[in-house]
Amino acid sequence: MSFNIENYFSEKPDENVILFYKGNIDSDVINHVLDTVEDKLVEGNEQSKLRKKVYNVLVESLQNLFHHVDRVPEDFEDQAERFGLLVVKKIGGGYRIITGNFVHSDNIQKLEEKIKRINRSSQEEIKELYKFILNHQRISAKGGGGLGLVDIARKTGHRLDYAFKEYNDDYSFFYLDILVNDDNKNNF
Amino acid sequence: MEPINIEGTPKTPTVKFDSAEGVFEIKGRSIPENSVEFYKPLVDWLDNYKESPLSKTVVDIRLEYFNTSSSKCILDVFKKLEAIHKAKNEVEVNWYYEEDDEDMLEAGEDYESIIRVPFKMIEIVE
Repeated sequence: MSFNIENYFSEKPDENVILFYKGNIDSDVINHVLDTVEDKLVEGNEQSKLRKKVYNVLVESLQNLFHHVDRVPEDFEDQAERFGLLVVKKIGGGYRIITGNFVHSDNIQKLEEKIKRINRSSQEEIKELYKFILNHQRISAKGGGGLGLVDIARKTGHRLDYAFKEYNDDYSFFYLDILVNDDNKNNF
Repeated sequence: MEPINIEGTPKTPTVKFDSAEGVFEIKGRSIPENSVEFYKPLVDWLDNYKESPLSKTVVDIRLEYFNTSSSKCILDVFKKLEAIHKAKNEVEVNWYYEEDDEDMLEAGEDYESIIRVPFKMIEIVE
């Protein structure tokens, strides 16, 4: 069975997808995606509160990809330096932001533990975790602050929905499915 | 001291640090991929400024968006201000947020709880 990342989106492409991108994630791509989505949010007359949340979460999602993606497997069709996938979709009352990237098997456990820690925390604990990391952890060599996922969970008020799909013995494809809507508190 | 006067871009804020005019302001969006590169000169400038600061330093922060990578750098800026305050100089941070932007208010409160400098939370009503 061949591996096709688009198979993950079993639903037919529909008009609710406002942005689909796969390829190298560099600064220019990030700028372009942010501008495009910001324009669509304004066109869609979204309230400024939701607009800001979507924009913030999008920035963190893209920069997580920028700072943290692993190299692609040697036999993968696109040998981009930083390969990532992004889908932004309009749903009732908000948006879904889905990202995908390769994770080397050696790094899966660490990432999953981080997500699980966030997902078992209350909203108050997430706030404290954010402040702790902000105050105690230095910016990594990769340029990330280690706060992206915590910030996403804090701002959306939702647990992080994720999946690892095995690509081969050495790599899995990691999907993160983020819900951003009006109902952003008390979901933990 | 030479003032800092940086024009804002879609990803980096407008910054004015001017000890002669007593203006200290960070305004706009702070969402660069490499925030250390942007903020290091500001932190270094404050490091010099703290040797002979004004008797009162008022810093206005009017951010529309900032990413988590900037959040650590902004903390570094505040830590310099905290050192100035600790050396018995008056320091005040005005943290502006738009009226419906609870996330920005909470971000200000995070800093207020970490940094020992008086913060004023100021709601911008349109």
